[in-house]
Amino acid sequence: MSERSERPVERRMSDGDSEERGFPSLRLVPKAEAPQSARDFKTDQEVRWCPGCGDYAILAAVQGFMPELGVRRENTVFVSGIGCSSRFPYYMNTYGVHSIHGRAPAIATGLASSRRDLSVWVVTGDGDALSIGGNHLIHALRRNVNLKILLFNNRIYGLTKGQYSPTSELGKITKSTPMGSLDAPFNPLSLAIGAEASFVARTIDSDRQHLQSVLRAAAEHEGTALVEIYQNCNIFNDGAFEVLKEAGTRDEALIRLEHGQPIRFGAQAANGVFRGPDGELFTAPVTADNEARLLVHDAHAASPATAFALSRIADADTLHHTPIGVLRDVRRPVYDELMESQLTAAVEQRGPGDLATLLAGSDTWTVD
Amino acid sequence: MTSQVDQSEAVDGSDGDGGRTGSGAQRPGAAGPAGPHAPGSPPPGGAKPVRRLDRVIIRFAGDSGDGMQLTGDRFTSETAAFGNDLSTLPNFPAEIRAPAGTLPGVSSFQLHFADHDILTPGDAPNVLVAMNPAALKANLPDLPRGAEIIVNTDEFTKRALAKVGYPADPLGDGTLDGFHLHKVPLTTLTLEALKDSGLARKDAERAKNMFALGLLSWMYHRPTHGTEAFLRGKFAKRPQIAEANISAFRAGWNFGETTEDFAVSYEIAPAALPAGRYRNISGNLALAYGLIAAAQRSGLPLYLGSYPITPASDILHELSKHKNFGVRTFQAEDEIAGIGAALGAAFGGALGVTTTSGPGVALKSETIGLAVSLELPLLVVDIQRGGPSTGLPTKTEQADLLQAMFGRNGEAPVPVVAPATPAECFDAALEAARIAVTYRTPVFLLSDGYLANGSEPWRIPDIGELPEIDPKFATEPNREDGAFWPYLRDPHTLARPWAVPGTAGLEHRIGGIEKQDGTGSISYDPANHDFMVRTRQAKVDGITVRPVEVDDPTGDARVLVLGWGSTYGPITAAVRRVRADGGEVAQAHLRNLNPFPANLGAVLRSYEKVIVPEMNLGQLALLLRAKYLVDAESYNQVRGLPFKAAQLADVLWAAIGSLDEEDHR
Repeated sequence: MSERSERPVERRMSDGDSEERGFPSLRLVPKAEAPQSARDFKTDQEVRWCPGCGDYAILAAVQGFMPELGVRRENTVFVSGIGCSSRFPYYMNTYGVHSIHGRAPAIATGLASSRRDLSVWVVTGDGDALSIGGNHLIHALRRNVNLKILLFNNRIYGLTKGQYSPTSELGKITKSTPMGSLDAPFNPLSLAIGAEASFVARTIDSDRQHLQSVLRAAAEHEGTALVEIYQNCNIFNDGAFEVLKEAGTRDEALIRLEHGQPIRFGAQAANGVFRGPDGELFTAPVTADNEARLLVHDAHAASPATAFALSRIADADTLHHTPIGVLRDVRRPVYDELMESQLTAAVEQRGPGDLATLLAGSDTWTVD
Repeated sequence: MTSQVDQSEAVDGSDGDGGRTGSGAQRPGAAGPAGPHAPGSPPPGGAKPVRRLDRVIIRFAGDSGDGMQLTGDRFTSETAAFGNDLSTLPNFPAEIRAPAGTLPGVSSFQLHFADHDILTPGDAPNVLVAMNPAALKANLPDLPRGAEIIVNTDEFTKRALAKVGYPADPLGDGTLDGFHLHKVPLTTLTLEALKDSGLARKDAERAKNMFALGLLSWMYHRPTHGTEAFLRGKFAKRPQIAEANISAFRAGWNFGETTEDFAVSYEIAPAALPAGRYRNISGNLALAYGLIAAAQRSGLPLYLGSYPITPASDILHELSKHKNFGVRTFQAEDEIAGIGAALGAAFGGALGVTTTSGPGVALKSETIGLAVSLELPLLVVDIQRGGPSTGLPTKTEQADLLQAMFGRNGEAPVPVVAPATPAECFDAALEAARIAVTYRTPVFLLSDGYLANGSEPWRIPDIGELPEIDPKFATEPNREDGAFWPYLRDPHTLARPWAVPGTAGLEHRIGGIEKQDGTGSISYDPANHDFMVRTRQAKVDGITVRPVEVDDPTGDARVLVLGWGSTYGPITAAVRRVRADGGEVAQAHLRNLNPFPANLGAVLRSYEKVIVPEMNLGQLALLLRAKYLVDAESYNQVRGLPFKAAQLADVLWAAIGSLDEEDHR
C-alpha cells in the first residue's frame, strides 16, 4: 500500500478551520449530548448475511464511523430496498425502513425533504439501485436531495441466488445466463455523473480506513452523495474485486484519488494519469519530463468532464486502473433546502395560511 | 309559455324535490344584473319580455381550442354568484388539440341550474351553443325537440361541413326543424366588435367564446362583473387581450339586448338552499381543500407525492399553490416515486398523500402493500377514469373499486372511502385522513372524473365543525423494561404506535418482511404470520364508520336502490322521479366501502329487491353478494358518462313492476 493511502481524503470544508469540524449537510440535525461509540449503533438483531460476506466489513465500518457525525441516533434513518445489502437497517440502532425493491431513494426523498432535521442514508445494491430502481436513483441524483446513498456493488444478484446484475461483466456465466450474459454493464459512477450527481465516490469493503474517509466526505457533502462500495459476494461472485485487494496486484490496479494532488499510482507511485492532446485521459510511467504534466485531481471542478473521464479510466475486464476516492464533489442547490425556502417565502409573501379564508374563496353568497 | 318552459315542466318533480317556493337567497347584484358596459341602460329584458323558468340546462360545445371549458366555468361562476343551485358536466377529449373541426375534437360543458335543489347536470340540454358543425353534429342527438340551438354560422363553411360528413348545410336542409334555431355569425360579430382593438384577426377571433358568453349571460340575466374581473385578472400581463375579451363579452350581451332574433330573456330565481354561506366548488378543489383541512385538524404537515395524470393533476396544481399552509408538493419521476415519497414523509410524521388515477394506482400497488405492512397512515387518492389501461383519460367511470379493494399481492386490506358529490370530496378527504391516522393504515379515496371536474354550490363549513384528528404520536417506551415495541397495538383500534424519527428511545426498524407480533422483528414463524394477516384484516374490519342511512319516506318500499360514489346525483334524481309519479323506492348510498357500515347487511335484507347501479360491470354488487349473500341486481353502464336520471327511473320502475308481477302470479 502506498504511503498516500494512509491519508484521509481531503476535507474541503475544514481547510484552515480551527473550529470543531462540522458536517454542513447535518447542521439542522440535533447533536448528540454525549459521545457515542460503535456499540451504540449495534442492534440486538442477529446479522444474517453469509459468513465471509463483504457486507459485514461495511456494517462494521459504518457503525464505527457514525459516532463521528455527532448527531443523535434518533435523528438518523437508514432506508433500504431489497437485496442482501438492504438488510442493513435492521442492524443499525437508528430509525430504519427496509422497503421494497428499488424504491428506497424515493422513500428517502419524501423523508429527507420533509424532515431536514434528519440524517438520511440509503443502502442499496447494484440490482436494487441500477436495475429495478434505476429511475429513482438518477432522479434522486439530479434533484440533489440531502441523502447519502451507499451502493454495495458486488456485480451479482445474491439474494435471488446468483443471476447476473446490471454491473456484471458481459458474457457472465450465471444461472440465468448459462451461455453468458448478453448485456453490457453499467458503470455506476459514469451513470451518476451523467445524472448530474453532485457527489460521486468509490471505495472498497475491505479497506476500512478508506471506506470511512469516503463516508466522511459524503456526510460533509450537502445534497445527494453516491458512494459505490465494491463488495465481495463470496458465495456467488467470489473474488470479483480481488485484483484491487491482493498485495501483489492492488498497487497497480488502484488509483487513489485525492483532491488537489497529482494522480499517481503503482509501486513507488511510478505511474500517473495524464491528459492527452485530444482531451482523453491515459496512464503512463511518470518521468522527470512528464511529471509536471500529471493530472491534478480536482473533485470540485465545475465541469464533470474530467470526473467522467476518470470514471472510465479503469479497464473493464481486469479492473486495472480503478480509481477510488471522491471523483466529484460540487456544490449546487439542495432540493429539500429549496423546498423549505419556498414554504418560507410563501408565508412571508402571504402570511401563514388561514383555513377559513381559503375555504371561502372570493365568490360567496349567503342564504338566510 | 315557451317551449323551454314546457320542457322544464315535462320533467317537473323529476330532479327537484318540489320545494321550489320563494327564494331566501341574497346575492350580489341579483336584482339588476345590468351589463356594466352601458351604465344607465335598461336592464336586460327591459324592452323585451322576461319569462320565468324553474331550471335550465345549457351545453356549450365547440372545438377543443374554442375555450368552451372556460366559457362554461365562467357561466357557472356567474350562476353561482346569482344564487341558483347548479350542477356541471365538463366533457372534453384527451387530446389537447385534436384536429380542428373534427368530431373527436369537440369539447363541451353542460350546466344545469335551477331555483331549487338539483342533483345532476341534467339529462338533456334545453340550449345548445354550437361553435362549429362538429359541435352541432356531436351534440344534436342529445337534444330534445324544441330545444334552442345557437350556432356560429361563420363556421358552417362547405369545408367544415364536409369534414364532419354533413352532405348539406344542416342549418338550411330541415335537419333542425323542430328546434328553435338562432343563427348568429359569432366570429364576424366578434371581429366587428374588436375592429378597433388593434389585435390581429387571429387573436381577435379567439374572443368569440366571450361573445357567446355575453349573449348567454344576457339571455339568463347573469351578473357580469365577476367575469369582467376574472378576465382582467387572467390577462393582467396582457391588458390589450383582457380588454378585447371584455369588449367581446359586452358585445355579446348587447347583441342579445338589441337583436330581434332573441325575443325573450329568462329569469331563474335563486334557489332556496339551507341557510349558510355558499360558494361554487368542483370535486378536485374540494378534495384539495379537504386535504389541507385534514392537515390543519391533525396538526400534521401535508406532503403530496404525485405524478401528473388526468383527471387528478388539478389536485397537485391546487395544493402546490398553498405552500403558506406548510404544504409540500413533490412532483415525482413516476407514480411509484410519488407514493414512495408520500410514504417516506409519513414515516417522518407527515400526512402523506398521493394522487392519481387508475393506471397510476396499478403502479403504486406494491407501495400500498408496503404501507399495509408498515402500518403507516397514507392517503391514496384515485380519481377514477375509463379503463382498462389508458382507457378514456378524460371520461368518468367507477371501475377501480375492486382494484382498491384487492389490487395487491397477499392479504392487504385497505379501507375505502368514496364521496358522492363534488362538494362531498371535502368531507371524504377528512374522513379518509381520520381513518388513516387513527388506524395507521393506507386509505383509498375513490373519486372519479365526473366528481373531479363537476361543480356545485357548497355550504362553507365553520372550521370548528370539522372533525379533529389526533395523531397520538408515541413518545415513550411501551414496555415495562423500557423497550419500545413498534407493533404493540392499541387493544381497541388495533392500531400500532406511530413513533417518528427524532423521538429518543423509540428507535426502531420496520419493513415489508413479515414482522413478529409486538416486537416488529423479522419473523418467518407460520403461526405468527397467520396471526398478523388476521390482525391486519381485523383492524380494517373494526374501523368505526357511520351507519348507512336509508331514505324510505313511507317505509313501504320493497325495492332498495343502493349506490356509491358519483352515481348519487342521477340515482337520487331518479328516485325523486319515481316517487313523484307515485312509485315507492328506498334509497341508500355508501360512503364507506371498506369496511362496510355495520348495518348494511340488515338494510339489504329488509328489502325484497336491491338494485345497484354502477359505472362498471357490477363491482359493488359482487362485494355485496359475496359478503351478505343477497341477490343484489346490477345495473351497469360504462360509457364514460354519468347515468341519466330518466334511464335510472326506468330501471327502478322495472324493478317495482317485476315485484308486482310476482305478486300476481
